[in-house]
Amino acid sequence: MRKACDMPDGTDAARRAWLVRAAGTALGLAAGGCAGGPAPRPARAIPSSARVLVVGGGWGGATAAKYVRLLSQQRIDVVLVEPGDAFVSCPLSNLVIGGSRTLADLTVPYTGLARAHGVTVVQDTVSRIDAAAKTATLASGATLRWDKLVLAPGIELMWDSVAGLKAANEQGAVLQAWKAGPETLALRRQLEAMPDGGVFAIAIPESPYRCPPGPYERACQVASYFKAAKPRAKVLVLDANPEVQSKPALFRKVWAEQYAGMVEYRPQHKALAVDAAARTVRFELADDVRADVLNVLPAMRAGALAVQSGLANANARWCQVHWLDFESTAAKDIHVVGDAIQLASLMPKSGHMANNQAKVAAAAIVAELSGWAPDPAPMLGNTCYSFVDATRVIHVASVHRYDAAEKTFRAVPGAGGVSGAPSEQEGVYAWNWARTAWADALS
Amino acid sequence: MTWRRFAVSCLAAAAPAAFAQDAPTLATRSLAATCATCHGTDGRALPGASVPGLAGVPAERIVEQVKAFVSGQRPSTVMQQIAKGYTEAQIEQVARWFAAQQP
Repeated sequence: MRKACDMPDGTDAARRAWLVRAAGTALGLAAGGCAGGPAPRPARAIPSSARVLVVGGGWGGATAAKYVRLLSQQRIDVVLVEPGDAFVSCPLSNLVIGGSRTLADLTVPYTGLARAHGVTVVQDTVSRIDAAAKTATLASGATLRWDKLVLAPGIELMWDSVAGLKAANEQGAVLQAWKAGPETLALRRQLEAMPDGGVFAIAIPESPYRCPPGPYERACQVASYFKAAKPRAKVLVLDANPEVQSKPALFRKVWAEQYAGMVEYRPQHKALAVDAAARTVRFELADDVRADVLNVLPAMRAGALAVQSGLANANARWCQVHWLDFESTAAKDIHVVGDAIQLASLMPKSGHMANNQAKVAAAAIVAELSGWAPDPAPMLGNTCYSFVDATRVIHVASVHRYDAAEKTFRAVPGAGGVSGAPSEQEGVYAWNWARTAWADALS
Repeated sequence: MTWRRFAVSCLAAAAPAAFAQDAPTLATRSLAATCATCHGTDGRALPGASVPGLAGVPAERIVEQVKAFVSGQRPSTVMQQIAKGYTEAQIEQVARWFAAQQP
């Protein structure tokens, strides 16, 4: 009899799902029959054979993979498909551009997920999702069957939002470095090669984009490097938005005091086109800007797979989810976490937020596969640290509570806030946060 | 044998394991997981961490410290802001859970 519970992976998913539902119903009846006993607990076995497929091994995906294993007490099979051979953290990658850290400092292998948690890690790319058949097709040609899918595709850069940018990027002339990796190193090399007295310009797209404080932190990191190595150089922050999008008072104070005369902030600068040869950016409402090193960030949307799969149902850019379990509003049993989702109010596209979303989604998936309702009152927290130089840091924090009446998350009034001032103490906490959060996702 | 009978049989076989975890425990563990991003998975801090682990810390001590963050009695950078986002019942709930974890 027990054998029937330990069905092999190839067992038909629908039959398995039915089995779970049937088991739930059976126990519900049994518990209901125990009149006079203690209040019946909705305790049912977590199925041992349900398979969760996680697509994408970033902050959200890796955390979801680990926590489905952890919260199901290793009873639910998890397969993680990720094209990269190791996790490279976007948070803190501005320090590589500033020159105080290397990419190796931000790189964590995926081996811990397999060794410590029994996640099956597949280095491949999911090229197609069939929501009706509950399958995913990999670039290698293999097809994986799933009962629940967690999609954590991150962002796709919308190259066409800035004319000429795709070609300029392909030539290596205008970099994004918004996905940590080779471009991060290439941008650092461009800054090293730039003469003293030169200009670095970063163009920021309209919100929402990945990592609200990231561009402003990058401006600080480049200025920190210039201050030491190229004191006559300048940093231009060209922002499509009307104001600094995160920690505005703190960033403006740092620029005015620590980087006086070096960093210039210009709001209402929406980039329309780049000319790689002339190293010039054209804007919607402002004069052209020429710079020696251009870092132009185009508009962003949910990762390509989400868009191709019809899951990016908010403005054809972001994925709308049911907030209680992060299930897509476009497809049943597909849960979307991280930067790809259409955010609730005051919720940032951050690594920490993706980590917390992934845990709520993982818990809901474990509950649903066990025949239970998801937690009716989930919580999310966020802390984003920004380095204003190699060691001093500022933060923004928030706590988000599920609002059952509105069916969304709301930032808890009176909670959250920002640093009083940059400090080395917060620099220590920031590194502790990063190491702990990486381990929380991957070790 | 029908699938329904399979299901009932499975249920019987898996009954002891079923009581190892239930929906309320899962919700508590999920709530505690919001702390784990900074304090470590299941409240176990990394070696040399600058933020304390919570696993195995007596529940009363966790509750008392969180209250001290909220009141400002214990100075902090982030915790005073995070602590205010949780109800007293939630804090007691996660404190009891962390206290029961192996450090």
